[in-house]
Amino acid sequence: MGNVIRGRVVIKGSAEGEALVSHEPLSFWGGYDYRTGEIIDRRHPLSGQIASGRVLAVPFARGSSTTTAVLLEAVRAGTAPAAIVTTGIDSFFALASIVADEMYAEPIPLIALELDDFARLRTGARVRIHEDGTIVEEETSTANET
Amino acid sequence: MPKLTSHDEALLAGTHGPAAQLAMSIVTRMAEVHGAPELMDITGAHIDSTIYIGEAGLEFAERLASLGAKVTVPTTLNVSGLDEHHWQEWAVPADWAHRAGRQMMAYQSMGCIPTWTCAPYQTEMRPAFGQQVAWGESNAIVFANSVLGARTERYPDLLDTCCAITGRVPAVGLHLTENRAGEILLRLAGVPIALQNDDSFYPVLGQFVGKIAQDRIPVVDGLTVQPTEDQLKALGAAASSSGAVALFHLVGVTPEAPTLEAAFQHRRPKREIDVTMSDLRRARRELTTAGGEQLHMVVLGSPHFSLAEFKRLAPLLHGNRTHPDVRFLVTSSRAMTLLARQYGYLQALEEFGGRVTVDTCILASPMLPPEVRLLMTNSAKYAYYAPGLLGARVTFGSLEDCVRSAAAGRVVRDESLWET
Repeated sequence: MGNVIRGRVVIKGSAEGEALVSHEPLSFWGGYDYRTGEIIDRRHPLSGQIASGRVLAVPFARGSSTTTAVLLEAVRAGTAPAAIVTTGIDSFFALASIVADEMYAEPIPLIALELDDFARLRTGARVRIHEDGTIVEEETSTANET
Repeated sequence: MPKLTSHDEALLAGTHGPAAQLAMSIVTRMAEVHGAPELMDITGAHIDSTIYIGEAGLEFAERLASLGAKVTVPTTLNVSGLDEHHWQEWAVPADWAHRAGRQMMAYQSMGCIPTWTCAPYQTEMRPAFGQQVAWGESNAIVFANSVLGARTERYPDLLDTCCAITGRVPAVGLHLTENRAGEILLRLAGVPIALQNDDSFYPVLGQFVGKIAQDRIPVVDGLTVQPTEDQLKALGAAASSSGAVALFHLVGVTPEAPTLEAAFQHRRPKREIDVTMSDLRRARRELTTAGGEQLHMVVLGSPHFSLAEFKRLAPLLHGNRTHPDVRFLVTSSRAMTLLARQYGYLQALEEFGGRVTVDTCILASPMLPPEVRLLMTNSAKYAYYAPGLLGARVTFGSLEDCVRSAAAGRVVRDESLWET
């Protein structure tokens, strides 16, 4: 058992995947290609990464209101992140997840973390998200830095 | 769970039909997510969900429309995915246009006003000071809150629609006075008045403010001029692209900031920052992703061009022509374009070889042919999103730079105001 981080459940659910972490907020409009799951904001540190099926951790959604619509398209297309972790309650991600539940019965689990806990997340780590908001980072050879 | 009125309960129980029930379910679930104690009434809405992104957004709109959804407050519509009557003149695929057109129909069928603009504050539906509204579209949100003193949260797409149908919103965030106080103070330090009077100062300041403020409320102090409404529009659009700014205060300019103390509601700033010319020069550089002088298109009008901007543009174009290799495009609303024509501001644009597109913009519609890769604009919002959405590279310049570059067929920028 590796790191255990306790977060606040924004939208309940469980998920598992490789973490993709940035401290830069992200707009999905102009920032996420729902056809491929690629992060396409060329000014963003995660530009070029595929977020589909991964646990995406960004502080919040900046920019366009259309972030919600793009994330909903990603759910329908099967290219959405497995879960999203933020530093506060993000309306844009929450609403996309609620509508994805209402329309397709596929809510995206959302967890909000304290800033210190968010800082413990590492790209590449395998993480498991539990329904109670616990994030468990599985032991890897490089996961001893915290 | 928020405390619901009997009307809220009735909506949720389906007494007012299945569309209102679905909308109310989404509104109350969002209220729960935010821990809102109750819902509150709104007097208007602006729906951003009109932009055609793909099948899910279309399904959502058509599901609501087929369930008989009607908005219960005056509701304006944001840009759609196509210039309804002129899309064939551009590279929009017919199949895509068909689906974007269905989405337009769905929202119109709900009783919304077909304004098709990202600048609803340039219509007669502009909210008054203190009015509670539910607006989507990041630039419209920040304008409504900051410049008009109306009150809206940063509404995501689809929730704007649900609020318009129910007329109810979670009573949280910027709807409440105590959450509208400034949080961080940005002091302009040594910014010459000549630059403060220049249009291109405002998008650059906005780019900087958005990056610093992120999702907090910035207060800018030290402006020594009275900016125009279009300059404030450019500032807000930039700050809500580079950051998540939904409200800014400009001391002595915006309605909730007659004084520095008022802007902060007599609280202390969490952070104080001096904004220097070197910060501004860096922010200006960040808006440009293209190198070199080559240019395929000049595009103006994000947010949609106002009548005042058409008026300012016309004499700059007079007696000139755009270079044969450079397209020149202004994006605006039907209403502003009609007025501009009536006032005679479009003649110079047409003689220059420029065009106007209404209802949409280059970011919301696949209208540009693939050979258009190098853009120039005076809009920070176009500069911010074009690389990701269009795969294009962008040069940011002033309105005058844009016109001179179009005529010269290559990027020309006057650096004099920025070198001081």
